[in-house]
Amino acid sequence: MPKKLSNTAKPSLLNPDDIYRVVLPNGITVLARSNFNSPSISMGGYVAAGSLFESDLKLGLADFVSSSLMRGTQTRTFDAIYNELESVGASMGFDSGVHTTGFGGRSLVEDLPLLLNLLSQSLQTPTFPKDEVEKLRAQMLTGLAMRAQDTSDMAAMAFDRMLFDGHPYSRPADGFVETIQSITRKDMEKFHRLHFGPRGMVIAIVGAIEPKKAAEAVERCLAGWQVPGQVDAPTMPAHKPVKKTVKHHHALAGKSQSDLVIGMIGPRRRDPEFFSASLGNSVLGQFGMMGRIGEVVREKSGLAYYASSSLNAGSGPGTWEINAGVNPKNLKKAIDLIENELRRFIKSGVTKGELADSQANYIGRLPLSLESNSGVVSAILNMERYDLGFDFYQRYESMVRAVTRDNVLETARKYIDPNRLVISTAGP
Amino acid sequence: MASEITQFTLKNGMRVMLKEIHTAPIISSWLWYRVGSRDEPSGKTGISHWTEHMQFKGTKKFPANVLDKAISREGGRWNASTSHDSTRYYETMPADKIDLALRLEADRMEHSIYKEKDVASERTVIISEREGHENEPMFRLTEAVQQTAFHVHPYHHEIIGDMADLHTITRDDLYEHYRRYYLPNNAVLAMAGDFDTKSMLKRIKELFESIPKGPTPPRLIRPEPDQKGEVRLSVEGPGETTFIQVAYRFPNATHADYFPLQVFDSLLGGASGLSTKTSRLYRALVDKEFAVDVSAGSEATIDPFLYRITITKHPDRKTEEALAALDRELQNLQEILVSSDEIKRAVKQARAVFAYGSENITNQAFWMGYVEMFSSYDWFTNYLSSLAKVTPQDVQRVARKYFQSKDRVIGIYHPKGVEG
Repeated sequence: MPKKLSNTAKPSLLNPDDIYRVVLPNGITVLARSNFNSPSISMGGYVAAGSLFESDLKLGLADFVSSSLMRGTQTRTFDAIYNELESVGASMGFDSGVHTTGFGGRSLVEDLPLLLNLLSQSLQTPTFPKDEVEKLRAQMLTGLAMRAQDTSDMAAMAFDRMLFDGHPYSRPADGFVETIQSITRKDMEKFHRLHFGPRGMVIAIVGAIEPKKAAEAVERCLAGWQVPGQVDAPTMPAHKPVKKTVKHHHALAGKSQSDLVIGMIGPRRRDPEFFSASLGNSVLGQFGMMGRIGEVVREKSGLAYYASSSLNAGSGPGTWEINAGVNPKNLKKAIDLIENELRRFIKSGVTKGELADSQANYIGRLPLSLESNSGVVSAILNMERYDLGFDFYQRYESMVRAVTRDNVLETARKYIDPNRLVISTAGP
Repeated sequence: MASEITQFTLKNGMRVMLKEIHTAPIISSWLWYRVGSRDEPSGKTGISHWTEHMQFKGTKKFPANVLDKAISREGGRWNASTSHDSTRYYETMPADKIDLALRLEADRMEHSIYKEKDVASERTVIISEREGHENEPMFRLTEAVQQTAFHVHPYHHEIIGDMADLHTITRDDLYEHYRRYYLPNNAVLAMAGDFDTKSMLKRIKELFESIPKGPTPPRLIRPEPDQKGEVRLSVEGPGETTFIQVAYRFPNATHADYFPLQVFDSLLGGASGLSTKTSRLYRALVDKEFAVDVSAGSEATIDPFLYRITITKHPDRKTEEALAALDRELQNLQEILVSSDEIKRAVKQARAVFAYGSENITNQAFWMGYVEMFSSYDWFTNYLSSLAKVTPQDVQRVARKYFQSKDRVIGIYHPKGVEG
């Protein structure tokens, strides 16, 4: 570059000094950071209630409950809740996972009290009105009928079932037709009473407000929440390792494209080899145009519009998977190409240049991922959830650069065995 | 979000729009070409989108593979997309790396290589992309409705193109399309972010001004004649769920009725970018259990396009019951004046959505170029005040003018073997 085009000094990334953290006496962790560049705020967080608590017979209960929280509270109807939100251009929603039920929202900063008030009511005093529950049930059943026709969803569902056989991660969070039909309002009330509570709850607010004021606003709405009988999460059983490659094809007539998922268990977010796996995965199926997998499946062979790999790391065992959508007649060819790439990956790992490229990408992209308020909310929540430390972004560059070719190879060999893959496909 | 921008036209006719934003060390650069699926005659449908794919196959200076890695290595994000009216390429980069994106875009404006073998592999990639779309009932329905709504205007076909053309378009067709439309005098470069306008403009001139201009390509203009009565169609496919799409004629983005219709849309279908559970359609169709979902919306286009209402029918209801509920809501807006409070609410919603958009530099650069494709930047900066000027009478007038049964196309996706 002939002349310096940029004229801003490098701003500080997220650091411990500008993230405000306070734990309320009832156990709620509040995190806040200011950003006065726009008159808006983003809010996000989670409570410690997820599908882990539901029985096989009531699969989808946590999802049903989280979808119902804003359908009516002790003081507001469904329509009144959304009227308040939508009238000021705010939004809010809940979404259940295996371990937690997440929530998120955004508004103009002047409407933060309104947002927090609705959050507090939805969490503490949902009433699960009968007619609203039945409307939701019909919507969820239609969602399941659409899922049954979706090649990507069906391949992913069978993948989880085979990979996590007997483990809670094997189950679909949105349940099955018969389980959704069997869930009663009493089930929902009980689930809410036992599992929704302040212990384990985390909330982060980022936007045009002083952090301390944001935390005080949370305190006003949620400090009084007490749930003495809040049940702790059950211990997670160990997952059974896959002994040899397993394959499953889900037949769906009338489809033009097949979806495939090939994969295995991946590391947890807090595992020491997480960065090695993540950088290795970048080379395998992310960097540039979807890494090596994209190169052989899409660019060289023209077999797919998308073909990439991903690492999904959370509290428990993660997945390391390759996804692609291909013409049904090319399914076997695509699987063979992907298996070859996996063999190559564990035989010789990554080159010096490939690793350096991905390391540069990880470091360079940081400002982009922290650009919006919601991006910062998600970064702060991750730091809290996985105990990464608020100085995570100060250490980030050195952690990325510390990963060596040997680390990547060792990690790849630990997780990837081409003879013990889970291969799930769906299509004609 | 409406802060000042610098607009400039280079000697070769290329438009440049620059907006300094110093909130983060990021610059987003968008290069827009005035060509989209509406410029494609029969036999060449999908060629604009395919050309967009070919633009990633490299130049002599930036061979494929080198090009994408170079951007990724710097931590950049880049992509491209094709719409009815335009094709756009963007890079969002750490501010001190943006020069790479500018050099790349200047180079591929005139030096892209279209190799036969790349055309061959991209053909199957795009066919695969279309096959992926065809897996979705909603794509099949939307395509059928659009084809029925436009017999003459090239908005008739989907952006990805008809399968027949994806099999027959040649390398020379693609290269000719590229050379014809990818000219500086047919392009707009919009940049937002952490730069100094004067130095940036100087650099843009160094890189782009020497690219020779060419004959400005005319847009394909084939106005759609008036519709002569309601048209109904059905699409069959696998599944258990019935989808209904109702499409009305909708004016172009610079039409005087556009803003009254935006308010109308906010009231009927809900504000864009927000949840829509208090919209009239949600209350009338989903709350009343004629549908399990409903959505509605339009696009800002150069020529009149469509306002589409999409209904996922409730399994226990008949299609005609859902349509009757929709008609009752439209009739209400045609017969009963809305309150000025409802209009104020729509303006506040839009103000919030604008604020969210201003958190993001990529989004701000996008809008600068986007509005330039069908109007000018004033359209964007005046958006909220244009909305605020809309009166209840305006809303009623456009409801009556544009939402007549005789001007609509109704498409129904019938899942095989299920009555609806």
